[in-house]
Amino acid sequence: MSNAPADRRYARSHEWARDLGDGTVEVGISDHAQNALGDLVFVEVPETGRTLAAGEACAVVESVKAASDIYSPLGGTVVAVNEQLASAPELINQQPYEGGWIFRLRPSDGAGLAALLDAKAYLAVADSE
Amino acid sequence: MVDFGGWDMPLSYGSQIEEHHAVRQHAGLFDVSHMRVLDLCGARASECLRLLLANDVARLKDPGKALYSCMLNEAGGILDDLIVYRLDDELFRVVVNAGTAEKDQAWISARAAALGVAVKARREQALLAVQGPEARAHVAALLLPADAMRALNLDVFVGAQIGEWFIARTGYTGEDGFEIMLPAEAAAGLWRALIARGVRCCGLGARDTLRLEAGMNLYGQDMDEQTHPLESGLEWTVAWEPAERQFIGRAVLEGLRAAGTARRLCGLVLEERAVMRAHQHVIVPQEGEGMITSGTFSPTLARSIALARLPAGQAREVQVEVRGKLLPARVVKPPFVRHGRALLQV
Repeated sequence: MSNAPADRRYARSHEWARDLGDGTVEVGISDHAQNALGDLVFVEVPETGRTLAAGEACAVVESVKAASDIYSPLGGTVVAVNEQLASAPELINQQPYEGGWIFRLRPSDGAGLAALLDAKAYLAVADSE
Repeated sequence: MVDFGGWDMPLSYGSQIEEHHAVRQHAGLFDVSHMRVLDLCGARASECLRLLLANDVARLKDPGKALYSCMLNEAGGILDDLIVYRLDDELFRVVVNAGTAEKDQAWISARAAALGVAVKARREQALLAVQGPEARAHVAALLLPADAMRALNLDVFVGAQIGEWFIARTGYTGEDGFEIMLPAEAAAGLWRALIARGVRCCGLGARDTLRLEAGMNLYGQDMDEQTHPLESGLEWTVAWEPAERQFIGRAVLEGLRAAGTARRLCGLVLEERAVMRAHQHVIVPQEGEGMITSGTFSPTLARSIALARLPAGQAREVQVEVRGKLLPARVVKPPFVRHGRALLQV
């Protein structure tokens, strides 16, 4: 049974987005997603400064089983990436909602987050898979 | 859980990578009851297997000694790869893959019947593999002292009936260990006793990364009926001598050997941080193209490794097409890892 904290929003493609309150949003993948992928071995993060459209493929997580694209849940500009993932991709398995964050972006508009799923709606999507 | 040769099997019980490391460093436990055990019994059992197998059971001098072999069709294609034990002069035990078990049994039985050899599938038996540097000691601790001594004295690639269990010092991981055949109703008890001792249960995922690091082929992936041993890294398993032994597939295989094979199965190590997967294309400069047959992330090397069927040349540097990019890889001779140690520099 996967979990999804209520302090953030979710995309149907299993990314989460958390408002950091400083005009930026942190992005990672859900517990359900990391569990389905299995042990992660490599993570390819986007370049800082890159402009992303909502739904754009911008990162790759590769596990023992398969490689998967990560889609940006919001449009915006990448302002930071999690450098620790280069040497410790397992952080995504171990702490998908905290230490396993992938990148932070400055959204191009304020409405994006509200259009995403809340935790309850996301879990319903995840559990139906 | 995934379907594997008609069996529901776990890819992992928890972290696949931790399961892998447990086998390389301590001990891991695999339920391999999906593999089918066939006993061949009769005065002409040896003759039957000398016809059926590309390797030669006449090499098995001592009781309990095992041999790895391909079983070929008339065209030299690989029907299956298997382990055969000589239990006594008139009794041989063959362990075949799950996915090919029905076909194998029919193929073997047809030849056996003509020679008056009985073929019995031991479906009432379970198979557990205990693998890793500490594996044998864990099993021995569960046996009576005299039996434990016998088990620990088994040489590599030898099996023996010890009490209710048939214990063989074989495996598919590149580590020391035992494969234990025992009545199915006793398997859960042995499983629990080993888990209680700290042996880690491992799924198909770890089994695959372990065997690939050990440079062992997987039937259906690295070879099948469309490929022959000489292009599958398995020429060492073909017993050409004595020349008069007419095993099935020999005539075609000798022709291929004389003509020189066009392809070879090689090991690859990826130089970059990505993972090679089966069916990806390999570009071999000046020689042509090949294909990955098995690819994975090697937990021991922290790199991607693969087996690939390439043009039979001398190329040492190739490129692999991984998710739309051409990435450099080095051609190496498997195994990649043996007894817990990396056999190459990365």
